[in-house]
Amino acid sequence: MENQKDLFRKKRKNQTMILLVILALFFISSLLSNFNPVDGVKSVPKAVVWMASNLIPDAKAFQRLPKIAKQLSDTILLSVAVTVIAGIFAFGFSLYGSRTTRTNPTVSKCIRMVAAFFRNVPDVVWAMLFLFSFGQNMVTGFLALFFTTFGLLTRAFIETIDEVSSDCIETLEATGATFLQIVFQGIFPTSIEGIITWILYMIETNIRSSTLIGILTATGIGYQFDLYYKRLEFGSVGLVVILIVIVVVLIETISNQIRRAIL
Amino acid sequence: MQTKTLPCPISLQQDKKGRMKIAVKSKSSIAIRWTIISLIMLTILAFFTLERKEIEVGTAIVDTFHNFATAFFHPKLHYLTFGKMLYQLAVTFSLGALSTIIGALIAFFCSLLCAGNISNPKVATVVKAFVSFIRAVPTILWVLIFAVSAGVGSIAAVVGLTFHSISYLVKAYAESIEEIDNGTIEALKASGASYWQIVFQAILPSSMSLMLSWTFMRFEINFANAVAIGAAAGAGGIGYDLFMSGSFYFDLQETGYLTIVIVIAVILLEMISTKVKERIK
Repeated sequence: MENQKDLFRKKRKNQTMILLVILALFFISSLLSNFNPVDGVKSVPKAVVWMASNLIPDAKAFQRLPKIAKQLSDTILLSVAVTVIAGIFAFGFSLYGSRTTRTNPTVSKCIRMVAAFFRNVPDVVWAMLFLFSFGQNMVTGFLALFFTTFGLLTRAFIETIDEVSSDCIETLEATGATFLQIVFQGIFPTSIEGIITWILYMIETNIRSSTLIGILTATGIGYQFDLYYKRLEFGSVGLVVILIVIVVVLIETISNQIRRAIL
Repeated sequence: MQTKTLPCPISLQQDKKGRMKIAVKSKSSIAIRWTIISLIMLTILAFFTLERKEIEVGTAIVDTFHNFATAFFHPKLHYLTFGKMLYQLAVTFSLGALSTIIGALIAFFCSLLCAGNISNPKVATVVKAFVSFIRAVPTILWVLIFAVSAGVGSIAAVVGLTFHSISYLVKAYAESIEEIDNGTIEALKASGASYWQIVFQAILPSSMSLMLSWTFMRFEINFANAVAIGAAAGAGGIGYDLFMSGSFYFDLQETGYLTIVIVIAVILLEMISTKVKERIK
């Protein structure tokens, strides 16, 4: 009994401690960033009312539909292209990074570190760095997204390949299969489901990120949004937002369907 | 001519050249093939249709290497002092922390309405649809939209970041709650426990560790997002300084310095959250 009482007291003490830490973090953060929680709460209904009355596409917005659609399709194509190309590179590198297929432990460690670095630099930072030499251009957006996607996918693929049983690879090795044969007959077929799932997920993420990067690099739907936003043409802004929502939900639905068919 | 018969009793399909098909075409392999083909087609299409303004790729690449060398090997602050920079980093950290804390709190209550094992299916569908709508709009657009009515600043940033955090965490929390053994909930229900008793005595304790690890993962994302919205929406913090040094002063050395600081911060955050997650488990 005594022990149990102690246990509960200790648990309660721990919980209070966690709660206090979170509260302290909240107040310090509010002070540092000048955030007033009351005003924050008040701003939400105001913003919702504003959105409902201003973000309604008007006739002018619909005239611009072809232009917006073009920019949106550019953004989608860019995200798909970035993800696929980064995926191909990531697959190649993850073969040398994975524990089951690596040829050399040092190389594997290097690949993991490089991937971690690429992944940890936020895509905005990549965009700012590439803006210096590539300017406001699709290529800048491509490169910025490429590096983060490459880093993330390399790590994901390494984990996927690690899960492939080493028995399969040993068997193939015993039959005298070459490295390429092992990759295309053993690893690729067994990990393709995981790879496709990751690629679909990254395409969804990249469409959202490329909107943000588009604002910086003046390309795609992000730029179009920024342009109308700065001109205070909120009808067109509303149309852009609605179209983005439709596209993202559509892509999510398609990739869910594919996932269901594959798994 | 003699007809060859197969030595094995299994009937194998033969194609025109007499080769036998070993692989059976299943539904999933067809789906995989079509997914790969369409993704590659879209990639090729992208290369032909995307506009590339005229740039000399060769010189741009050489420039990039030069720029990276300057940025990463000779980083230096010109416009900011070290103390100011640390303060801005703390602001970004605060924006991430605030939106994670508020987001987690709201998401917890929404996930109660949304988890399959404890909620009303009709309510769950409505909440899920609402949440996926929020998730479909990129964070930056939320921030910019809120900035119109609340003004550019920390309120727009926190509210915008919180919106996306809620949608992400509701999904994650609901899945954590769905993993709870149904027996626990039913036993409490049978003993006459009220709804909130079930929530705080059964659901919260048993899904706490999973939820916390999702929350920490979201915190890492929110930090990166706080940098991003600082750069793209002028919402303050180190992201804004990065934008100023990169696109306004064209100061490579300062951009490099800020990049290094951000990367160190991100890596530190990841290390801390891994440690915390290990301790919780």
